[in-house]
Amino acid sequence: MYAQMVKSEGMKSLDEMSPEERAFQERIDRGEKIEPRDWMPEGYRKTLIRQIGQHAHSEIVGQLPEGNWITRAPTLERKAILLAKVQDEAGHGLYLYCAAETLGVSRDELLEKLHSGKMKYSSIFNYPTLTWADMGAVGWLVDGAAIMNQVPLQRTSYGPYSRAMIRICKEESFHQRQGYHIMMKLARGTEAQKRMAQDALNRFWYPSLMMFGPSDKDSVHSAQSMAWKIKMNTNDELRQKFVDQTVPQAEYLGLTVPDEGLRWNDEKGGYDFTEPDWSEFFEVIKGNGPCNKERLGARVQAWEGGAWVRDGLMAHAKKHAAAKLAAE
Amino acid sequence: MSREWPLWEVFIRGQHGLNHRHVGSLHAPDAEMAIKHARDVYTRRNEGVSIWVVPSAAISASRPSEKGPLFEPAESKIYRHPTFYDIPDDIGHM
Ligand SMILES: [Fe+2]
Ligand SMILES: [Fe+2]
Repeated sequence: MYAQMVKSEGMKSLDEMSPEERAFQERIDRGEKIEPRDWMPEGYRKTLIRQIGQHAHSEIVGQLPEGNWITRAPTLERKAILLAKVQDEAGHGLYLYCAAETLGVSRDELLEKLHSGKMKYSSIFNYPTLTWADMGAVGWLVDGAAIMNQVPLQRTSYGPYSRAMIRICKEESFHQRQGYHIMMKLARGTEAQKRMAQDALNRFWYPSLMMFGPSDKDSVHSAQSMAWKIKMNTNDELRQKFVDQTVPQAEYLGLTVPDEGLRWNDEKGGYDFTEPDWSEFFEVIKGNGPCNKERLGARVQAWEGGAWVRDGLMAHAKKHAAAKLAAE
Repeated sequence: MSREWPLWEVFIRGQHGLNHRHVGSLHAPDAEMAIKHARDVYTRRNEGVSIWVVPSAAISASRPSEKGPLFEPAESKIYRHPTFYDIPDDIGHM
């Protein structure tokens, strides 16, 4: 998902826990929210910093593939919509950074870790957006997949994270709908526009499935995160739900999901489908996707290029505060 | 030394005359910029008609360990709620 393969600390049974750890786990089991100043196990804190941080980074880096089309949107209305959507993603990143900071990590520290490659962002944003139809596919599929994961996270045990997710979810549905709307327009357009829509679906289908992370059988560390209620569903559960929801939407558009193995399975009440190529996923995570260098490069450049503005405003604020104090 | 902008807590009053409510926090060099940022980060959909910003460092908070002594005394005082009193329906709305 926006946070993929977040490593979490070891898993203990209730008997192995210290009295504090046990009381903590029992609070979570009762559905209580954990707040910043409450006692928490170090592992919970560390795992959450990694997860919320990675989620925040994904929102921020996720602006780049869509920002790519703002100046070339086909109409003024589409441009205003895309701009609003990308601005929302900036907001999402900020809500999440704030939530992470309540755990005792600083904003600069998180950004430094992103820029040095010590923290990741979602694999999906390392794919290029080649045509306008990609703006449709990203909204429909990428935001669609994100929603699938974010809706249950509104109930996560950590208060500030849960509140950030509630805000984010309120804004996400516009993102998916504007994307699907673009796809509808293209799918009902000329032959060339239809081909463009199909091509975008072809390229974004498997990368979207990868967003949920590796298959449950290969996915480490999820038991502890689930006990802590910072992961609410398994990767495969969410992926299945996403496929079941999305296939009829593709059919409505008259587009074909690029999977020969896709079949409705009456028995399980869901689709059978082909897993993405996991070796590709691991390559992208390692930094070898089509756009990794470009994305991270753009972030570092923005950070370094903006340093004089941040410093200048801070110097101005200090000077003003001093002058005000002198006048009193 | 960190050159990070200080942290501010943001409070927004919505359209319907309710109190300012805490919505989150953000970094800004000073109060004026904090209000500008708060407008962009927290009121993109008409969420507010008024913004307060407070330096996070200026907030004093109760300790989680004080939860018992602070809040438990209210739990037993059920007579502070109207439902404690049985009043016959016949007398009309009360
Ligand atoms: Fe988002
Ligand atoms: Fe979104």
